[in-house]
Amino acid sequence: MTYDIAIIGGGIMGCSTALRVVAGGMKAIVLDQGDLGQGASGVNAGTLSLQIKRVKLMPYALKGHHLWEEMGAAVGFAKTGGYTLAFNDREAELLKERQTMKAEAGAPIEFVSNNRLRAAEPGLTQKVVAASYCAEDGYANSSLTGQYYRGCLQDAGIEYREQNAVTAIKKLKAGIFEIATPQGVVYAKRLLLAAGAWLKPLAALLDVNLPVNARINTVSVTERMPPLMSSVIGHATGLLTMKQKANGTVLIGGGWQGRGTPQEGRGEVDVASVRPNLALAQYALPALGDARVLRSWTGFEANVPDFYPLAGALPNVPDAYVLGCVRGGYTIGPYIGQLMGNFILGREPEMPLFDPGRTFQEDTI
Amino acid sequence: MTDVFDIAVVGAGPAGGNAALAAARNGLRVVLLDEQPQAGGQVWRAKSAAILKAPKTIETLAGDVLRRAIASSDVTHLHGARVWQISREGDNWQCHILRDGKSEPVQATSLILAPGAREYVQPVQGWTTPGVIGLAGATALFKQNLIVPGQRTVVSGTGPLVFYVASEIRRLGGEVAGIVTPNTRRDWLQALPVMLGKPKLLMRGAVWMVDLMLARVPIYWGHTVTEVLGTTQVSGVQVSKLDADWTPKMQVTTLQADSLCLGHGLIPQIEAAQMLGVGITHDPASGGWVPNAQDDGSTNIGNLYLCGDGTGIRGADAAAVQGRVTGMRAASDLGSDTDQDMRAAHNEWRRAAGFGMAMTALSIPRAGMARWTTAETIVCRCEGIIKQSVLGEVATGAATTNAVKSGVRAGMGPCGGKYCQTAVAALIADHKGTDVSNIAPPTPRPPLRPVPLGALAGSFDYDDLPIPKPAPL
Ligand SMILES: Cc1cc2nc3c(=O)[nH]c(=O)nc-3n(C[C@H](O)[C@H](O)[C@H](O)COP(=O)(O)OP(=O)(O)OC[C@H]3O[C@@H](n4cnc5c(N)ncnc54)[C@H](O)[C@@H]3O)c2cc1C
Repeated sequence: MTYDIAIIGGGIMGCSTALRVVAGGMKAIVLDQGDLGQGASGVNAGTLSLQIKRVKLMPYALKGHHLWEEMGAAVGFAKTGGYTLAFNDREAELLKERQTMKAEAGAPIEFVSNNRLRAAEPGLTQKVVAASYCAEDGYANSSLTGQYYRGCLQDAGIEYREQNAVTAIKKLKAGIFEIATPQGVVYAKRLLLAAGAWLKPLAALLDVNLPVNARINTVSVTERMPPLMSSVIGHATGLLTMKQKANGTVLIGGGWQGRGTPQEGRGEVDVASVRPNLALAQYALPALGDARVLRSWTGFEANVPDFYPLAGALPNVPDAYVLGCVRGGYTIGPYIGQLMGNFILGREPEMPLFDPGRTFQEDTI
Repeated sequence: MTDVFDIAVVGAGPAGGNAALAAARNGLRVVLLDEQPQAGGQVWRAKSAAILKAPKTIETLAGDVLRRAIASSDVTHLHGARVWQISREGDNWQCHILRDGKSEPVQATSLILAPGAREYVQPVQGWTTPGVIGLAGATALFKQNLIVPGQRTVVSGTGPLVFYVASEIRRLGGEVAGIVTPNTRRDWLQALPVMLGKPKLLMRGAVWMVDLMLARVPIYWGHTVTEVLGTTQVSGVQVSKLDADWTPKMQVTTLQADSLCLGHGLIPQIEAAQMLGVGITHDPASGGWVPNAQDDGSTNIGNLYLCGDGTGIRGADAAAVQGRVTGMRAASDLGSDTDQDMRAAHNEWRRAAGFGMAMTALSIPRAGMARWTTAETIVCRCEGIIKQSVLGEVATGAATTNAVKSGVRAGMGPCGGKYCQTAVAALIADHKGTDVSNIAPPTPRPPLRPVPLGALAGSFDYDDLPIPKPAPL
């Protein structure tokens, strides 16, 4: 059996692309080294916030938000609105500059007075110097990513294999890819590499060098608490995101760095970075000090030097594609997966993709 | 605490306490960390000050010996110290402890983990009703506070603990409505040869049995509690007869009681070892998943040692000897000449471990236990998740404990899945038609025990928070 396409990586990128190419008539298989949606897509903070998206990615994020809203309860979606806070003048300046640009890029972001902020979120500290608000912001429950996409793939009749790491890829003379896994060999006419933070070693199997690095983001969750906040709360620097779920638990993220590499396992929480992360949360919302932290964990978020996505044809290997390294990829994933699917189907994508063959320049802020 | 100890020992039970003593005796600077107010662990637990005059049991006496030895040794014993995370910092181990409401680091060259065991309670319908407590939990009540679980108690479960708990309840003035144990007299006969090698313990068991017989406490051998009755408080239990694989055959009686002690053996606490990269193996005869360690405590990770029930359930006596062996091994790896013959200690450990193994064998789960639950039975008590929800998740493709945890939150509550994972893994294995040894526990995450956020955050000045440069625009 030769598939039209083999998709390597069952995260949000791989699964959402699979759904689109199969809707377009292709026969696809999804392969994952672990469980579906247990990589970055299953351990991220689930923040759907336009206020923390890159300006250039805003149109994609707006589309992504609408898709999350459609997925609704099955993914734990909640549109709560979100506040971003600045605690000193320097941060206020940063907030002003950044959120203005994001508003110009199409996000419905406004600046709000302290009075309005306090009325909406009385639990927040009095030390807020400036704040912005976006009614589009909210969250979904990333723990449900695997369950959700497993169901979608089953409903669409798409074959998937879990605990199935791709260890070698060969392009046969006939132009067909031979993909080796512990559960046997898979043949496919096309290939999509959607292996998240594991993209570099995967592309290396095809002798392609992708300049992929991984950040090791930390997230923590508390026990169930009485209502403390009703919107998503962020920090001007992006170094805090928090929200209280319907069950009362509070999820705290912000991209503080843990330790480890994707190859070595799931990564390790670094006490030296999780403590200031929690301190920042407590500073913003003092009542959090009494909440017991139940778990802290890390996940690997892939990026390339310019922090823009890899989305398009894999350089030098005909019929091979790559999708990954999307900053804010949980938010944007469902949409950019559709774009990618259309591209693979030979259709004109609605918005431009991000050529993986470009020359990368170090990003400056 | 900024100075670096030679050895940090986590857990001050028989294993950790003796490991610390052995290492200190051999000239090393040792810090012993435990969240309890006094050394002794679960089994050699100290009595609270209010009941010090109460008659001493074998366990209190053993604990007193250990506590005195630690007090007169050079070991730095930090009690009330909850270890919530351990990391590698350069050449040292760093244990992050919560003490007096503050988090602080303790550094050491070598690390000995002796975290002991926790109790496994196989869920049955109604097991979360107020009035049900674990067998091990009951022993803690007796030892520390001389409290009985209720006026009239059913004691149910596997291994020797049911008889100990029942006779303690009687000794402390409570009434035992009945003992219900899946083990049969034949199971016990099989353990007898090993027990004969431990005449003291055998005698003690005989004393319990004679007392229970004289009091005409009914003992249901080869039975289990299949349902706990009562809504706001236990009012009784239903008792069913079991076949050889512990499948309930028929319901035989209802016992009236206001409390139930329930427990089905002990499970090694492996999370800290796992988080530090030690591999694990499934061994039912040792209590389930155990970290890969040598008999002398060494592991494949340099300067990391494991001992006691956390490496396999072998009981207090074996743990004490293994702790001593491990302490010496760690000391000799750091260059000390050890004062005792390792081989003799090793043989002593083997004998003690043989007894512990025979007791653990009585609690090895059997396939029929899956049928002690109904679709409605709560499996994850922190999150109130019933068996049917777990089965639904498994039936729609969740094939690992991590996937079930993500999908239905079984294991996301305060216990972190420590108590429900055995039952969840059994359900997955049953559905896949595979052995539980193929279903690994979920990825453990810090903190090892819940910690208040404010304690982790500590006191800080906003301007001192090391806020890195913001993400690219
Ligand atoms: C902790 C954390 C917090 C985050 N918070 C947010 C947030 O709040 N909002 C937001 O929008 N974004 C957030 N992100 C970013 C977002 O999670 C990611 O951009 C997105 O999930 C990436 O999806 P992916 O499919 O590319 O990668 P992944 O989800 O990691 O999927 C890659 C898959 O490939 C599989 N794989 C790898 N190698 C192989 C191989 N050789 N063979 C087979 N399978 C293989 C892996 O097992 C994995 O399942 C966060 C990221 C992290 C890590």
